Amino acid sequence: MNIRNQTNPHRWLGVLAIVLTLVLWEIVAIFVVNDAFILPSPPDVLSAFIGLIEKGRLILDFRASLVHFAIGLGLALAVGIPVGIAMGWSRRFDAFIDPVIEILRPIPPLAWIPFAIIWFGLTPLSAGFVIFIGSVFPIIINTYSGFRGVPRIFVEAGRMLGCTKGWNQIRFIAFPAALPSVAAGFRIACGVGWMCLVAAELFGVSNNGLGMALWFYYNLHQMDCVVVYMLLLGLTGLAVDMAFRYYMDRHFLKWRTGEVA
Amino acid sequence: MGNLRVSDLSQSFAREDGSELTVLDHLAFDVEDKEFVCILGSSGCGKTTLLRMIAGLDTARNGSIVLDGEAITGTSPKIGMVFQEYSLFPWRTVIDNIAFGLEMKGMPREERYRIADRFLALVNLSQFRDSYPSELSGGMRQRVAVARALALDPVLLLMDEPFGALDAQTRNMLQQELLQIWEKTKKTVIFITHSVDEAVFLSDRIIVLTPRPGRICRIFPIELPRPRDRTSVEFARVRRDVLDLINQNCSIQ
Repeated sequence: MNIRNQTNPHRWLGVLAIVLTLVLWEIVAIFVVNDAFILPSPPDVLSAFIGLIEKGRLILDFRASLVHFAIGLGLALAVGIPVGIAMGWSRRFDAFIDPVIEILRPIPPLAWIPFAIIWFGLTPLSAGFVIFIGSVFPIIINTYSGFRGVPRIFVEAGRMLGCTKGWNQIRFIAFPAALPSVAAGFRIACGVGWMCLVAAELFGVSNNGLGMALWFYYNLHQMDCVVVYMLLLGLTGLAVDMAFRYYMDRHFLKWRTGEVA
Repeated sequence: MGNLRVSDLSQSFAREDGSELTVLDHLAFDVEDKEFVCILGSSGCGKTTLLRMIAGLDTARNGSIVLDGEAITGTSPKIGMVFQEYSLFPWRTVIDNIAFGLEMKGMPREERYRIADRFLALVNLSQFRDSYPSELSGGMRQRVAVARALALDPVLLLMDEPFGALDAQTRNMLQQELLQIWEKTKKTVIFITHSVDEAVFLSDRIIVLTPRPGRICRIFPIELPRPRDRTSVEFARVRRDVLDLINQNCSIQ
């Protein structure tokens, strides 16, 4: 079992690629570009990183961004999962709400920024709102399709075993059956939300945050600091995704190991 | 108790062009308590439709199904079902699958595990207690499905070609195991199959259905003593009789 998830023996190649990229970056920065404004070199970035930590700014921005992200994603889950379940479970509700969702969904989340500022001011809630808009739709759609895809045989087997109330059927049968799809939706939502976070902060929706700081240092022309924030954004996104996948696989989706070849 | 009376049962579905497709046509038969009855018929003769109505999953257009004096109007814990497809909940371990019905009844965890463990032992799968269905073979999954259906202590056990997807050897083994379980638990069993061999091996009586629309062609008591030996002359003779009957009277006219 679980052979697929075991460590790939060629994994060190990935580490090698990272090292090579850093070396290449250094060479290009020093010998080709030779201008720290256009392309800061890795040591520049490292010292900028240390400087930012010493100033205490980095941790503050980091915390602000995580708060924005948590607000947005928390709201998206709180709204998206119930709406997705209701749409997937009731054809009537689906027919009712679907047109509204289909009209709202293609509006790029960033187009909501003006109203986010008008409604919530320059507060964390405002950035959270933009993230919410970006991440709620993938959650709704995936929860919905997960519920639609629940095999009828599970519902019928449940009925034969006394699981006859609608609420119980959702809780004990449809939701666990749909969970892989819901989880996939949440992962997509995390990715979209993280992008919206940067954009929302960049547009000054909030006074702190990684995206906000990135823009701030660009205006100061301190490009080494900009790179620090870029890397931090990428690594945090990666860490969030990995932590989520690990947690889900470990606690909720154990049963799927070995199911799909 | 597990006396079933099916009277004047008909079922039809609306076709797309508006006409009616009759699937079952005025069926009537009784099944006695603790009896093992096979319903035999070719595919498309409405066997599964019949079983689903007895299960309470579907409602008949006409006629009635009465279990121990009570008309069947919906699913009930008195009736257990083993489906043709794999129907175990893949997100639950074997023991939690078996305990599912007890959990729905609101039984506390320890108690339901105690009962579930007993049925797990009955199907000889105790060492797979905490495995997930995806880790089991097809035959093992159907044994767990039997244990899951029995855990609620139904009076009537319905089985819809439960061994249809298995290879011949596994199927023979499971048939024997099923008879042992039936002798231990003494349930009324209605078992659907299209295999004459399976029907002769298992049943007290075989109800043969005609194809499209399903009508009762003949009810055939099997008087061979158990355990039955597939390779014996008597077994072969009974099997031939049933086959002859089907070929002469119960096939497509």
